[in-house]
Amino acid sequence: MAERATGRIGAGIGLALLLAPALLWITLLIVLPHVDLAILSFRERVGARQYAPSLAQYATFFREPLYWHVFLRTAVMSVLATALTLLVSFPIAWVIAKIARGRSGSFLFVACLVPFWVSETVRTLGWMILLRQSGVLPALLVRLGLTAAPPELLYHDATILLGLVYTSMLFMLIPLVSSLESLDDSLIEAAYDLGAGGGTILRTIVVPHAAPGITAGCIIVFMLTLGNYLTPTLLGGKNSQWFTEQIYTQFITRFNWEQGAAFGFLLLALSTALVILGLRATGQRFGEVMQRS
Amino acid sequence: MSAADLVADGVVKRFAEHTAVDSLSFSVEHGGFFSILGPSGCGKTTLLRMIAGFVTPDAGDIAIGGRSMRGVAPNRRPVNMVFQQLALFPMMNVGENVAYGLARRGIARAERTRRSLAMLERVGLAHAAHKRVDELSGGQRQRVAIARSLVLEPTLLLLDEPLGALDLKLREHMKIELKQLQAAFGTTFVYITHDQSEALVLSDRVAVMNGGRFEQVGTPQELYYRPRTPFVAAFVGANNRIPGRATIRDGERVEVTTDDGWSIRAHAEGAIAVGDRVEAFVRPEVAALARDAGDLPPDAVAHRGRVTSVLFDGANSTVLVAEERTAREIRIALPQTGRFADLKPGESVLFSFDPARAACFQARASEAAAAHG
Repeated sequence: MAERATGRIGAGIGLALLLAPALLWITLLIVLPHVDLAILSFRERVGARQYAPSLAQYATFFREPLYWHVFLRTAVMSVLATALTLLVSFPIAWVIAKIARGRSGSFLFVACLVPFWVSETVRTLGWMILLRQSGVLPALLVRLGLTAAPPELLYHDATILLGLVYTSMLFMLIPLVSSLESLDDSLIEAAYDLGAGGGTILRTIVVPHAAPGITAGCIIVFMLTLGNYLTPTLLGGKNSQWFTEQIYTQFITRFNWEQGAAFGFLLLALSTALVILGLRATGQRFGEVMQRS
Repeated sequence: MSAADLVADGVVKRFAEHTAVDSLSFSVEHGGFFSILGPSGCGKTTLLRMIAGFVTPDAGDIAIGGRSMRGVAPNRRPVNMVFQQLALFPMMNVGENVAYGLARRGIARAERTRRSLAMLERVGLAHAAHKRVDELSGGQRQRVAIARSLVLEPTLLLLDEPLGALDLKLREHMKIELKQLQAAFGTTFVYITHDQSEALVLSDRVAVMNGGRFEQVGTPQELYYRPRTPFVAAFVGANNRIPGRATIRDGERVEVTTDDGWSIRAHAEGAIAVGDRVEAFVRPEVAALARDAGDLPPDAVAHRGRVTSVLFDGANSTVLVAEERTAREIRIALPQTGRFADLKPGESVLFSFDPARAACFQARASEAAAAHG
């Protein structure tokens, strides 16, 4: 009896040791800072080094139109970028999983991966070299006689979307390819044999089968996009109005950590709410999606 | 005679250097159960996929229900297929699976449900309409796959080795069920398999396929009792193959002498001249076994041999007997009476067979070369 109890304790210690790195990581780097940020966001400076609990930071967000405009804009743009990423990635994933297969399939996959060996900053700067007024693409447009003067292709919403889609495509491709690879070709043939056309097969067979992969890809891309700072800032310039920039401004420029913390929590709430909404709308569960993809 | 539901006319399909289907022409009568039997790689799957429309023939034409299928996509053909792995849609329940094809034809939901339920009832699965596919047993899935195709009332139902994935007991059971289903629906079935027992039990007519061509097309009885090529003789049913040279030709009779000097007599199939390389085939149940010469049929040539092993398999029990002088092994069926139940390896026995029931063919060039090697 006692032996069995010690055995169980031993196993418990072993499990605890195995989980320790992950638990330490989560506690020290994620939970503790967030608790600290939460405390920060719910207080107000009342005097020199004097703080009082208050909801003033959150009130400011709703009082100031600029803040919640930027907040909504970030949400809408992120949803749009996610949808575009899905639309662009799906055909690519289909080619990799179903048409190329084997060696040429892995070659295509590596081709999609290679740009990610370069840091995000350098990749984004690459886009700037291509798109800025004195850059490659405007010069080409002038050379071809399409425009009289080189147009400024940077600092548009479309440019931000382009950059975001480019940055997040790989994270959509991986779950999509794996979910499409697991789709048995004979299901497609059977549907075809039973009278379905291409569009119907996509709607009734392929998308339902790939749904967990699509959802997982969308969740990852949406979270990455919403929290992206570099791409909107570099490609959108001062017009980008991304919510992460507001957080940066509060923390770094204004040194108003209380306000920045409140913004951070609002962004967290936004991403959580939209992910839950998306899962509800497609009738899926988070755990299931993450497990199956 | 009823009209042919399927007519293939000079159908050819090549993949790179390899000719998968080599100018095949045949027809299948309405309401028939037609099997294409052949080893893997013989081109039967390619042929079936050409009929379904997934593969386009390089030459020739396929007509279904009297209409040429050239340029007709699989989803527009009056043909449905039961896939090897069944390919039931896991994202739908059983009823939705059966109604899938009806929905593609634009039939209203209420009518769809009515028809798919009626079809499920005919295959004895009316209670399972709301079950998920993975809740069904192997045999039930099989029936759903067939129901899903038959609900569309196709001219032709194609079956791609649908029993291959089932275990032996269920396979035996499903054979009977398939035959009954075909009889009940009267739909023309085209069935491909590498299992000769499936083909023999199920079919009205069987085509034995090898190297992209049909070796022989006929009833199961014709294939079994009157094989026209050595390939059919060897592939359909169990058979003892005895290669040698024709030494005497006497009307329909040929004496075959093996290279090591054992002579047997057989029935000549096709042109055979003395000196030709030939192959004789003796079925295990054609040979009679005896301990005393008096027990053998009176006018038969008796051969002597030694039992090397007893292969007990109930009604299909056989013994391997090595011919006395050449030690060439021949498989002989044990009589059902249990007369040889006490037979032991090492025992000396006599055997004989009716030459009229042993077929002798001219050896094919490649097979003769293999025999030499």
